Amino acid sequence: MRPGDAPLIRVQAEDIDVAGAIEALGSGGHGVGALALFIGLVRDLSDGRPVDWLTLEHFPGMTEKVLAEVDAAARERWLLQATTIIHRFGRLAPGDRIVLVAVASAHRDAAFEACRFIVDQLKSNAPFWKLEEGAGERHWVAARAEDNVSAEGWHRRETS
Amino acid sequence: MRVLYFAWVREKAGRDGDDVTLPATVTTVAELIEWLSARSPSTARALSPVDAVRVAVNRTVVDLDHPVAADDEVAFFPPVTGG
Repeated sequence: MRPGDAPLIRVQAEDIDVAGAIEALGSGGHGVGALALFIGLVRDLSDGRPVDWLTLEHFPGMTEKVLAEVDAAARERWLLQATTIIHRFGRLAPGDRIVLVAVASAHRDAAFEACRFIVDQLKSNAPFWKLEEGAGERHWVAARAEDNVSAEGWHRRETS
Repeated sequence: MRVLYFAWVREKAGRDGDDVTLPATVTTVAELIEWLSARSPSTARALSPVDAVRVAVNRTVVDLDHPVAADDEVAFFPPVTGG
């Protein structure tokens, strides 16, 4: 892929093909010197409580729109050859992959930073909600203040 | 107007949305919440406390003083928890 190529953004129920995602980012060429990859997994413990199932609900249409905005914001900050964001919804078990963010760039700094940026921003902005079930109980996961601090930290860095 | 509910807002409302015809007196998100809550006790429960609920008009998150119009899509949901 070349700079400016359309990002790969997918919201899907099926598992994430990690090898396929890396392959799609391109194996070098076009100035690519670094691929950075983040994969989020379902934890088996949440604040000490066992988790048997994690159900992700989302807002179809708005989710894709927000992910595209986050991707565009990353491409404004860093020169990226390719980006991939794949986020799952539905009922997942501990160890299952939830999200994959992968970034290709010329150098590692841009790849690492852009990957982190996309993960931070999507956590605070993409319309997903998590329902945890375990030990006979169910509850909706509350948003974490630290996540908003991470996402807003990027704004502070920009304006300072 | 199409109104949508997600996550625990949807569960408290007992449904995933409403199709409503907006009276002329309802011009902001805050007024919409008040109007929807007056129509239905389950909606009133789902949309309170109001500071626990986030609002998107036409798929963009907005504040309570944001204007609403008859052909908008308005979604109510808890703070998001993706990733």
